[in-house]
Amino acid sequence: MKTFRIGGVHPAENKLSAAQPIKVAELPKVAVFPLGQHIGAPAKAIVQKGDKVKVGQMIAEAGGFVSAPIFSSVSGTVAKVDTIIEASGYAKPAIFINVEGDEWMESIDRTDTLVTLNDRLELTDKEIIDKIKNAGVVGMGGACFPCHVKLMPPPGSKPEWVIINAVECEPYLTADHRLMLEHADEILVGVTLLMKAVNVKKGYIAIENNKPDAIALMTEKAKAYPEIEVVPLKVKYPQGGEKQLIDAVVGRQVPAPPALPVSVGAIIQNVGTAFAVYQAVMKNKPLFERIVTVTGKSLKQPSNFLTRMGTPMSQLIDACGGLPEDTGKVIGGGPMMGKALLNTDVPICKGSSGVLIMNDKEASRAEADPCIRCGKCVSACPMGLEPYLLSACTDQQMWDRLEKEDITSCIECGSCQFTCPSHRPLLDYIRLGKSTVMGIIRSRNAK
Amino acid sequence: MNKLTISLSPHVHSGDSVKSNMFGVCIALVPAMICSFVFFGLGAIAVTAVSVASCVFFEWAIGKYMLKNAKPTVTDGSAILTGMLLAFNMPSNIPLWIVVIGALFAIGVVKMTFGGLGCNLFNPALAGRAFLLISFPVQMTSWPVVGQGFTTIDGTTGATPLALMKAAIKAKDASMLQDLPSAWDMLIGNTSSSVFGEGAMGGGCIGEVCALAIIIGLIYMLARKIITWHIPVAIFATVAVFSGLLHLANPIYAGPVEQLLSGGLMLGAVFMATDYVTSPMSKKGQLIYGVAIGFLTVVIRTWGAYPEGMSFAILIMNAFTPLINNYCKPTRFGEVVKK
Repeated sequence: MKTFRIGGVHPAENKLSAAQPIKVAELPKVAVFPLGQHIGAPAKAIVQKGDKVKVGQMIAEAGGFVSAPIFSSVSGTVAKVDTIIEASGYAKPAIFINVEGDEWMESIDRTDTLVTLNDRLELTDKEIIDKIKNAGVVGMGGACFPCHVKLMPPPGSKPEWVIINAVECEPYLTADHRLMLEHADEILVGVTLLMKAVNVKKGYIAIENNKPDAIALMTEKAKAYPEIEVVPLKVKYPQGGEKQLIDAVVGRQVPAPPALPVSVGAIIQNVGTAFAVYQAVMKNKPLFERIVTVTGKSLKQPSNFLTRMGTPMSQLIDACGGLPEDTGKVIGGGPMMGKALLNTDVPICKGSSGVLIMNDKEASRAEADPCIRCGKCVSACPMGLEPYLLSACTDQQMWDRLEKEDITSCIECGSCQFTCPSHRPLLDYIRLGKSTVMGIIRSRNAK
Repeated sequence: MNKLTISLSPHVHSGDSVKSNMFGVCIALVPAMICSFVFFGLGAIAVTAVSVASCVFFEWAIGKYMLKNAKPTVTDGSAILTGMLLAFNMPSNIPLWIVVIGALFAIGVVKMTFGGLGCNLFNPALAGRAFLLISFPVQMTSWPVVGQGFTTIDGTTGATPLALMKAAIKAKDASMLQDLPSAWDMLIGNTSSSVFGEGAMGGGCIGEVCALAIIIGLIYMLARKIITWHIPVAIFATVAVFSGLLHLANPIYAGPVEQLLSGGLMLGAVFMATDYVTSPMSKKGQLIYGVAIGFLTVVIRTWGAYPEGMSFAILIMNAFTPLINNYCKPTRFGEVVKK
């Protein structure tokens, strides 16, 4: 079975909510929309206090090319444009909307009828990209890179394949898994749309083989689309990393930054993004809701929710039986790359794939021992770096050396720290070193 | 609600620890230890016990009174491991006070002087053995023959297979090699040599005589992923090829099977050369390190002054480890050209 070639680890999978069908989450009383919920320039608010909005109405426009508009997921009145502490831990500007009823924009097709590319043969690649762009679709895997930017590769590059990332290599998370089981047809149409948008003839859907039911279903449904192939992959973290996934599926390695995946011919999109693309293009429905896994060992009922953006996480946690007594940490995302949250008022955004509740015991880190130079971090690193060295050089502030040791290639997957027998905070140091070195490189290039 | 913990990702850990690795190696040494007790009796038990106890004591005392560490380091198991390995590198009839001096040098000088666990340049147990070999050459090279049970003092001593190989080279007489124990006997630790007459057996260090017990330890460590195959296999392969060529060129040099199964080669390749702290970090570096150790071992065994080359070969390569780490980078992602 295929997988990527360098490094990798296998954390306990803990997919507690894999068997839970997607439930529709209740509407919040107040929905909050941070303006910077994607990579690139934050969106600009185009509503004011007192404005009435409908579900699917644009409330903030894109702030540049690499940016995305934001749409209201609820109907009601804009209460204020203020700041909220979001997943990053910083207070960021956001639009607050008091929810009144549930009135949708009339342009949205709310039926379940499947619309395929054959029904809409007149669609051109440019129209597809425009619709995606105007629906605020971003990468749904967590990085939130605006979708349309990836579909407009720099001149000279030649896309060969669209690879759909349905790996879901993060432990605990099951949002993509459930989405495939319940919306396979829509996803496949989404893939054909993405392929048409970049004019490629081959699409892959990569799924780790800990989801045999999803592999079986998608393979069965994909028979209707000869140009789409479902690729089962061996379970290994961080297979959902863009570079690792390309290596696993087509056996090509993207060179070090600034090279893009398209330089080896691959366009990567998350499976949730493919679904959002289907809804945006075929149903005129902008991105304002998504599947969120709410999980944790102490949680009464781990679940998957179809959630309107802007819903506070606390509301989803309450729907799972409430925050357990022994909660020590609340994580936005999965346990390997997710962010520990300051509080549970953080709203669900475009990139919120999950909420993970950890108990006291799981939440505490063991005390660090000295490095015993076992080399396990070197073996685990999927980028072929030497985490022990990067961490030590950061400690010694050896920025020049760090640049030579390719610290900027680090994808911050955490495999090194996960595997370290001495429990050293390797990635904490490497992040510091990486951001410092990137700053040095930026200021050097600016001269 | 409790206060929420804030920390950077990753939020989970494999559960691996220094302790589990160190004690894992100790468990892998148990078969060799049991064999040594059977073959050498009380002497082996006494030397092992004194060595472990003094290594642990020196680690504790130096950590507490000289380095003034806030957190005691004796519990991580590394001192116990050093003690076991040091004992396995000594003859079973060695005076116990020499064992204590060896432990003091291994822990006090080679390990703690450089800052303790993870900071030492050389393998403490091997450096301790080298120190004793130079300081007490007579006591360190009088080998009690195996199978003496509980006589510890004034037991019969005898030549090791390695000494016999050296003698054959010196006398340029290939027929002397016929006196070597059979490969099977060396594998199970019955290193008897017909030179010493019927029933008497040749000796060796405490932990090195039974190659089979060490291979069991190797399999255990590989299965638990404490070590990878790179270093031991590189050593075995190099020794086999190099000594095989020598043997073909001139039969006064012992063949690959005898070289592999005799002396400290197995013990060294499996337990000493794979020491985390003093071996290279990348797989490429580990292969180079293993090949160099195998090569140096055969060179020393064949042309050097000492019959045994393993420990010096490892110590020499320990010194090269930082250099190997510096020049032997793992293959970076993206370096592999398009397929």
